[in-house]
Amino acid sequence: MTNGAAPAASSTRRSAIPPAAWALIALAYLAVSAWSSVRLPNSLFAFLFFLSSLFLLYYAPVATVLRVVLGAVALLLLMPVIGASNAFYLEVATQVGIFVALALGLNIVVGLAGLLDLGYVAFFAVGAYLWAVMGSAQATVAFGIAPLASWWFFPFLVLSVVAAGVAGVMLGLPVLRLRGDYLAIVTLGFGEVIRVLANNLDKPINFTNGPQGISPVGRPPLFFLDAWNRWLAGMGRAPWEESAVYPFVFYFLVIAVVAVVILVTHRVEDSHVGRAWTAIREDEAAAVTMGIPLVRMKLLAFATGASFAGVMGMLFASKQYFINPESFTFMESIGVLAMVILGGMGNIPGAILGASLVTILNLQVLKDLSIWLNGLRQAGTIVTLPIIGSYNLASLPAQLEPAKYERMVFGVILILMMIFRPQGILPSRRRARELHDVAAAGEVATNA
Amino acid sequence: MLEARGIVKRFGGLVAVNQVDFNVQEGMIASIIGPNGAGKTTFFNVLTGVCRPEAGSLRFGGEELVGRRPDQITALGMCRTFQNIRLFGNMTVLENVLVGMHTRLDVRYVDALLRTSLFHDAERAALKRGGELLAFVGLRDVANEVARNLPYGAMRRLEIARALASSPRLLLLDEPTAGMNPAESQALMGFLRRVREELKLTVVLIEHNMRVVMSISDRITVLDYGEKISEGPPEHVQSDPRVVEAYLGRQARAH
Repeated sequence: MTNGAAPAASSTRRSAIPPAAWALIALAYLAVSAWSSVRLPNSLFAFLFFLSSLFLLYYAPVATVLRVVLGAVALLLLMPVIGASNAFYLEVATQVGIFVALALGLNIVVGLAGLLDLGYVAFFAVGAYLWAVMGSAQATVAFGIAPLASWWFFPFLVLSVVAAGVAGVMLGLPVLRLRGDYLAIVTLGFGEVIRVLANNLDKPINFTNGPQGISPVGRPPLFFLDAWNRWLAGMGRAPWEESAVYPFVFYFLVIAVVAVVILVTHRVEDSHVGRAWTAIREDEAAAVTMGIPLVRMKLLAFATGASFAGVMGMLFASKQYFINPESFTFMESIGVLAMVILGGMGNIPGAILGASLVTILNLQVLKDLSIWLNGLRQAGTIVTLPIIGSYNLASLPAQLEPAKYERMVFGVILILMMIFRPQGILPSRRRARELHDVAAAGEVATNA
Repeated sequence: MLEARGIVKRFGGLVAVNQVDFNVQEGMIASIIGPNGAGKTTFFNVLTGVCRPEAGSLRFGGEELVGRRPDQITALGMCRTFQNIRLFGNMTVLENVLVGMHTRLDVRYVDALLRTSLFHDAERAALKRGGELLAFVGLRDVANEVARNLPYGAMRRLEIARALASSPRLLLLDEPTAGMNPAESQALMGFLRRVREELKLTVVLIEHNMRVVMSISDRITVLDYGEKISEGPPEHVQSDPRVVEAYLGRQARAH
C-alpha cells in the first residue's frame, strides 16, 4: 500500500480538486477513521473505515513523499494504537498482511506468468514446517538435537525463502510441459502431496508429528523487553508481558516482510523478467521464438512465488504457536487464488485489495453477521416483512449462521466476478513509458 | 549463411518436408512458395527449432541448429514472424519490442532485484533501441497502445519490429502480406527492401502473393507435397512446367 511508485491513475486523471486539497482530505480521512477506530473499539465499520483510508491514500493524487509518509504513519503508528484498544484488530491486520504476501506470490505465478497453480499452499506449509520442526521440541524427536535457540528465527527467515524456492523449482521441473487445466491438476496434486506428507511423516521417523501437529513453535527473541521492563520498573510502572508484546512483534514482522515482498514484486515485474513472464502468459510459442528461455523463466516464476509463501509460512507457524496439516488444505490454495482473481490478476494493488477484502470478510464481516443474527435470535426480535408478515426471529433455524457459509459466499463472489467483471476489481494496466530519443529515431523515420 | 541439407519432417505417416536442401547467402531475399499444405510453414518451424527434423542437418553461420531450442536459435541471430499474427496482445507495442530484445539484454534476475547500474543502463539502452525500431516501422506514435488494439497492417509491422528487436542476421517472414490489399502489399515490399538495405539483413520469405514474390526475390524455392520441385531466379521458376503443374494441375498444360 505504501508502494513507492506513483500509480498511473494519479498522473493521467487530473481532477478539479487541487493536490493540496487532496492532501488535506487524505489526512482528515486518516485521522478521523483512526480516531473513530480507537474510540469505538468494537465497531466493525470504524475499522473498515480506517482500512479504506489506506486505499484512498494510494489513489489520491498527492505527492509520493506524502503518500509514503502517511502510509507509514497509518501502518506503523496508528494501526498498533488501534490494536492496543482492540487486540482482535491487530490479529486481523496481521492475517491480512500474511495473505497479502501470499496473494502477491501467487499473483506472480498465475497473474504474471499465467501458470495456474492450485497447490500454492504447499509452499506456505514448507516454510511453516521448516521452522516448526527445527525451532521446537520436535527437533529432538526428529533429529535428536536440542531445539534451535530463538535467535535462529532470523536466519531461518532467509532459509525458509530458500527452502520454499527450491520446492517451487521441484514442482516446476516436472510440470514444465504442461499448460492450463493439466498444470492445474498436477499442482493441485502437489499441494495435496505436501499436506499428506505432513500428515503421515510421523513414522517411521517422526518428523512432523502427524495430525497432532507441532506445539509450541519457537518464537523470535525479544531482545529489548528486559531492558524496557527494567526501565519501566524504574519509573514505577508495571512491566510488559511477553504474551502481550508478541502480537505487536508479529504485526511488525509481517509488515516488514510484506514491504519487502511488494518491493521485490514491483522490481521484478518492471524488468526484463516481468516482461518475459507476461509474454509467456500471452503466447508461449511466440515467446520462446522471440528468445525467451521458457524453462528458466517458468522455474523463476515458481521459485519467486513460492519464496513469498515460504517466509510467510514460517511467520504464521511462529505466530500461531501451533501448526498441524489442517492449516494447509486445498481450501487455503483456493482462497488465495480467489483473492488474486477478485483483486485483479497481474496487478500489485489488485492482489493487496483482494487479500484484504477476502480476509476481512472471512475473519470479521461474516463472524460479526453471525453474532448480530444470534443476538436478534436470542432477543426474540419480531420483524415485519412485506410478504411473510410479522416474523419472530427466535424461530430462525440455528443453521443460519453466516460464519459457516464462508465457502458459499466465496463461490457466489467468484461467480459474480466472472460474469460482471472478469478482469478483477483493479485490473492490471500496462505502464506507459516515455521515449526520449526523438531526434535519433526521427531521421530513420523520415526515410519511410 | 544458412545451409539446410536433406531435411525430413514427418507427422505420423505424413511426410511434411521431404529431403529438402535449402541455402541462403548473405544479403539475399529468398522466397519459398508452393500450394497450400506444401510444407512451407513446417519447414520454417524446423529452421527455427519449433519442431525437430527426423533427418538432415541445418547449419547457420557455422553452427549446427538441429537439437537446439528455439530461444537458442534466436540468440544465434535468426528470428521469425508468424503466418497468423502472434503478438503479445495485452502488452503495449513498446513492450512487445522489448520482449524481442530479451536475448540481447545482458542483465540477470539479481540485477533487476537490486536495481544495479547495469540494469538501469541496459533498460535505458533497450528503451532507446525500442524507440528507434518503432520509428523504423512507423509505430512510434502508438508505442504505449496495447498491441491487440492495433489495426491489422500495424500488427504485421509490429511483428516484424519485434523480430528485428532480437538483432537477427537472418529474418524469416511467414506470409507477411496475408490479408493485405494491393496498396498495403506494395508498401510492405518497399519496407522489406529497406530492411535489406538499411539494416543489412538477409530475408527468407514465405509468400502467396505472386506479385510480391516475383518482384522482390533474388531466388525462389518451390515446394509441393514437401518436396522441392524447382529453384532459381524468378524468371526461371515462372517458366518451369513443374511449377505451373503444381499450381494449376496437370490439365492446365494440355489447354
